Amino acid sequence: MMLPKPRGPLSAAVFESMRALPTEPVARTHPEADEPEDAAITLWALYELSYRGFDDVDETAEWDPDLLAVRRPLEIDLEGRLRARWESYASPHEVTADFSADFFALVAAHDGRSLARFVQTEADEQQVLDLLRLRSVYHLKESDPTAWVVPRLPTASKAALMELQYDEYGCGDPNRVHSHLFARGLEAIGLRSEYGAYVDDVPLEILEQNNAMSLMGLHRRLRGAALGHLAAFEATSSIPSRQLSQGIARLGLAPDMAAYYDEHVEADAVHEQLAVRAICGELLAVEPELRDDIYFGAFTCLDLEDRLAEQLLARWGAAT
Amino acid sequence: MTDVPTYPHADVVLCPGGPLLLRGKHVIEDSSGELHETTRRVTALCRCDKSAKKPWCDGTHKLLPEKLTPS
Ligand code: FES
Repeated sequence: MMLPKPRGPLSAAVFESMRALPTEPVARTHPEADEPEDAAITLWALYELSYRGFDDVDETAEWDPDLLAVRRPLEIDLEGRLRARWESYASPHEVTADFSADFFALVAAHDGRSLARFVQTEADEQQVLDLLRLRSVYHLKESDPTAWVVPRLPTASKAALMELQYDEYGCGDPNRVHSHLFARGLEAIGLRSEYGAYVDDVPLEILEQNNAMSLMGLHRRLRGAALGHLAAFEATSSIPSRQLSQGIARLGLAPDMAAYYDEHVEADAVHEQLAVRAICGELLAVEPELRDDIYFGAFTCLDLEDRLAEQLLARWGAAT
Repeated sequence: MTDVPTYPHADVVLCPGGPLLLRGKHVIEDSSGELHETTRRVTALCRCDKSAKKPWCDGTHKLLPEKLTPS
């Protein structure tokens, strides 16, 4: 993958610095971001250095201290924004001795607009393809941000996370790796399947979703939030996956793509139980002080999805 | 005395309000006598009887009023 297109003065300058490494040192000052998207694509590209990198950027860029110095204020800004949204969330969640029940209740009470429901019943082919392009930025690296959390966990939570991740990564069979199943679905439906192919097309909301996952995955301090995010993601996946699969079938689009979502109906019915009860539950048993962070991560997952749904449904002219 | 604990770890887990988790490979005979083989390391079996993918759980239990969910 090559660096994405810059979206403003900050990303233009930082991407230029990235390309110039290691011959030229990174500039000490960069212009301010002029739009949230400019900051978001810059942070996305800086994070990408820790995943697969870019063909036009030297591999040493990942740990270049001057690039890390660009990244840090962008992260602080993102985390501050996400936390402010969590703090202003109107209905505080219940805290009882039964964490799993509380957690499922929080997720059930959160009723944002659903893209999956729209796809199931109304979306046209172009809208479904639009959505798949946007989703591909994450699905082609599905589970990767969470993999960073593994070494940071106490034993029982770690074992549970690996039980889930093992399934995400195909149980040893490369053909069943979820990101690979998605790539096959993309190809079957006539879209590009290379890693990061559609980054230039995605709106701010998608960049924020991806950046939030990387932020939580890369900072040990945020391990609770990363797992709360995972649990909320899994707990809102099986029913929407069925709706997406039905929508794709309704339009007569590629069965391989419907199959990807079908796979997630059953898989995520398992994963949500593991994520809430075992992964988060066992983490809390050892580190009870992470409870708030778990909820922060969960809320962030649900809230960012709401924001995306609002944005896309408005763009598609879907009735409210 | 050791500080290194042994963790409880069940192969069959009843999830309150939700499915039964089954670890390992199993063949399940449903109520009409049909056989279903598990395909993943951990499988969720429907206990609320409302799944569209029986015998597997598909998350439908979350849409049911509490009194209809398994204890
Ligand atoms: S227990 Fe989950 S659908 Fe029945």
